[in-house]
Amino acid sequence: MDKHVLLIEDEMNIIEAIRFLLSREGWQVDTHSDGLTAVDAIRQMRPNLVILDYMLPGKNGLDILTELREDGDFLELPVLMLTARGQSRDREMAEKAGVSRFMTKPFSNTEVVTAVRDLVQLAR
Amino acid sequence: MASVNQLIGVSLGYVVFLFAVAFFAERAAVRGRRGWLGSPMVYTLSLSIYCTAWTFYGAVGYAARSGMEFVTIYLGPSLVMIGWWWILRKLVRIGRAQRATSVADLISARYGKSNLLAVVVTVMAVIGVTPYIALQLQSVTLSLSVFSGPVGENSFNQPGAAFWIAVGLALFTVLFGTRNLNANERHDGVVIAIAVEAVVKLVALMAVGIFVVWGIAGGIGPMMERIDASPIGEWNIDRSRWIALTALSAAAFLCLPRMFQVMVVENQDERHLQIASWAFPLYLLLMSLFVVPIAVIGLDLMPAGANPDLFVLTVPLAEGRVGLATLSFLGGFSSATSMVIVATLALATMVSNHVVMPLWLSMREEGATVSGDVRDVVILARRASILVIIGLGYLYYRFSGGGAALAAIGLISFVGVAQFLPSMLGGIFWRGATRSGALTGLIVGFAVWVYCSLLPSFGPGSIYSLSMFENGPWGIASLRPEALFGIAGLDPTVHAVVWSLTLNTFAFLVVSLLSFPGPLERLQGAQFVNVFDHSTQTRGWDAAFATSEDLMIMSQRILGSEEAQNLFRAEARRQGVRGHLPEPTQAFLQQLERELAASVGSATAHAMISQLVGGASVSVQDLMAVADESAQILEYSNRLEAKSAELSRTALKLREANEKLTALSVQKDAFLSQISHELRTPMTSIRSFTEILRDTEGLGHVEKNKYATIIHGETIRLTRLLDDLLDLSVLENGQVNLNVETGRLSDVLEQAVVTAQAAATGPVAIKRRHLDEAILLTTDLDRLSQVFINLITNAQKYCDASAPELTIDVRNVNGAVSVVFADNGTPIAVQSRAVIFEKFARIDDSEGSGAGLGLAICREIMTRLGGDIRYEPAATGNAFVVDLPAPEALAAQ
Repeated sequence: MDKHVLLIEDEMNIIEAIRFLLSREGWQVDTHSDGLTAVDAIRQMRPNLVILDYMLPGKNGLDILTELREDGDFLELPVLMLTARGQSRDREMAEKAGVSRFMTKPFSNTEVVTAVRDLVQLAR
Repeated sequence: MASVNQLIGVSLGYVVFLFAVAFFAERAAVRGRRGWLGSPMVYTLSLSIYCTAWTFYGAVGYAARSGMEFVTIYLGPSLVMIGWWWILRKLVRIGRAQRATSVADLISARYGKSNLLAVVVTVMAVIGVTPYIALQLQSVTLSLSVFSGPVGENSFNQPGAAFWIAVGLALFTVLFGTRNLNANERHDGVVIAIAVEAVVKLVALMAVGIFVVWGIAGGIGPMMERIDASPIGEWNIDRSRWIALTALSAAAFLCLPRMFQVMVVENQDERHLQIASWAFPLYLLLMSLFVVPIAVIGLDLMPAGANPDLFVLTVPLAEGRVGLATLSFLGGFSSATSMVIVATLALATMVSNHVVMPLWLSMREEGATVSGDVRDVVILARRASILVIIGLGYLYYRFSGGGAALAAIGLISFVGVAQFLPSMLGGIFWRGATRSGALTGLIVGFAVWVYCSLLPSFGPGSIYSLSMFENGPWGIASLRPEALFGIAGLDPTVHAVVWSLTLNTFAFLVVSLLSFPGPLERLQGAQFVNVFDHSTQTRGWDAAFATSEDLMIMSQRILGSEEAQNLFRAEARRQGVRGHLPEPTQAFLQQLERELAASVGSATAHAMISQLVGGASVSVQDLMAVADESAQILEYSNRLEAKSAELSRTALKLREANEKLTALSVQKDAFLSQISHELRTPMTSIRSFTEILRDTEGLGHVEKNKYATIIHGETIRLTRLLDDLLDLSVLENGQVNLNVETGRLSDVLEQAVVTAQAAATGPVAIKRRHLDEAILLTTDLDRLSQVFINLITNAQKYCDASAPELTIDVRNVNGAVSVVFADNGTPIAVQSRAVIFEKFARIDDSEGSGAGLGLAICREIMTRLGGDIRYEPAATGNAFVVDLPAPEALAAQ
């Protein structure tokens, strides 16, 4: 199965929206809402793509990404980061930490779907 | 009539006599047998170089021209001697303690040993005193020409005579002024010669006086009658001139380089000053006693147009008393020569020490080392300076034409040197005086003097044109040299004195206050101002017990071995001793002390040497002086330390402020991020679901409904967030209008419960306890209700017990009423309790739609109402306690 996405997000409504959008594209969407255990969840599920929220309970998205990239197995894993904080410094930090794509909330649905497609194609 | 040749013979004989006196005095001094040579009377008589040819001849002329005003010239110094002897004592003490060699040295030492200052003072002194030297040459030649008969009748060569007199004076000064260079710059031979001359001029003037009163007028009675009949006797006192001239002569007495030379440098014992303080005014009194009689008789006796400056000579000559006239000539000759010798000596010391030597040292590549050849250079420089200064005086005499009245030149010169007064007195009495202040004051005063006094003295048409006097430079009337700033009508001398000294003092004070003294200036300032605390009277040692080895060991410790060895070797070579250890002579000990003083301070140096020299004879006073010096250095370093402590305190404060600012900025950033997050999150859902509803074909009715409900819910969340933000912002920063009413607590609570339950998200059982109907509140009941609703809603949202329960309990302790909202959920983590009342302080794992502003708003409201809200961990669960405002607090609202 190479269309497996792990959505790490704690807002129920946003999870609902993204699940709806990506399911229609043929993706298997798994979700995880806790920052502290997010990296473990990725290791366990081995998704093809991770959509990562920035503000999470326990540990923020940037730290999760950093930890992920320190693990050699996940250097190539596409990570789409979403943030509602809207500070330009966050984007710089995320890019430094090795994010694949960075998007600010609120996003357009087409944008997310296209980004996911692109990322997967690139990864292949 | 005596021939000029006879007179020159007499003069030469007199000079040879002076040479002999000086020579024997010097020899006696070197052998240490001073005896009466070092008596206070010699000191007093040496002070009489104040009375130059100007006083000897000029006073009579002055009286003949301006009446009694000549008295001021004697009055000033007498007042200083009698009334201000303590200033002199301080000057002498400082001069000796600092081993000052001249006025320039003293002033420069006071202001941090600034050579620039010394150079400025030297230049000013040379410019100020040179005309005075010229005046002496002029007076001698003038007096010689009197004996040669009426002007023009024979071929008496005045400039030629002046030249040979200048050469003779230079010779004498070189011989006795630069024979030896000892530590103190004392010149025993010169001083004795001057004392002899002082006696000669007093005797001469009194002899002429006595002859005039008893020989011509016929006794005191007739003399008084003639004085009364003469205009001289009338006391026409121009008060401003009298005050200015008295002050001026007093100032000059203190500042004249030659006076400093005899008064301070040549002083052998401070106690001499006590005797001089009455003896010198007495001398002046005797000198002035017969001035008026001579002037009156001169005016009566001599033909109209005769030069009154020469009455002292011409009156005896007219009466055929050649012997008396010759004595009188010798008196005038003495006055002139003694002044020239001492003034030249003083100026030459300044010029060689502060101008020639620094130049020579800076030109030598190896720099300054103490060795024999430096000594030779110093003597050479001193001699050259003497020749140059007397040469300058001679040139001035030749080119000024010798026409001006004697007294005028004297006064101009006085005003010039009086410019040293502010810096000198300020320096010894005021620790706040600074180098910049002294420099500015001196330069300003000197410039005003040159502009208003020296240059105008040449008269209209020479340096200044006539229109310069009448209209000022470039037609600027307020700059007229004799009516500065439009103040016209003053006597030119008074004008120059007042303006130069006023501006000088003003500049000195203001710049001193504005500038900051360097470390050396501070130390020197303390040494000067507190000189009586730091120095002992007389110092000298019996060299008997000092061994050169001990001195060498000590010197090495202080100077470093190389410098000490050089010093000792050079001295040994000078003494002609083989090896590197010289004999510990008095001169060498003094030199050594001076060298050591540069490193450890003069008191310490003195104590160290005297300990070695005199066994263990360090006096208590010496030890005190050492302690004083150490204390001063300590005080200085303490002050530095305090300064640096103050600086680090300031730095700490700055750092704290900076940290606070940074923290505030971090807080602001966090706040903005939070708001952004809180606003963007619902907007994300709204946008996403709106697009789904718009773009998705064939969406089922149930789904459509579900998504619309989400959108609706999120808009309400957004609205509430904005409301809360605005509410909080108003509560925190704005003017809140409280709607104060009176009502029952039970009613407010009941209403809050009803409201909260209507919008309830979860089922929470609410229990009420101690709801006392009687408790009445007077406050903003709506706001209070808002707090209650918030607390109830929070319990409804976050209480995670299986059977959630909220107990509302009213506590009444002596009228202080609190309402407790206790739930049975999981207690808030200890680390979170501190922040729950902060904005956006949602506890991490909490879910729900709150933005974390509720409790912040509650706290703001309670603060506004004069009450409080706080968190208490309950036995099982959490409790929020609302302290209701006390009645007094309400009354105050």
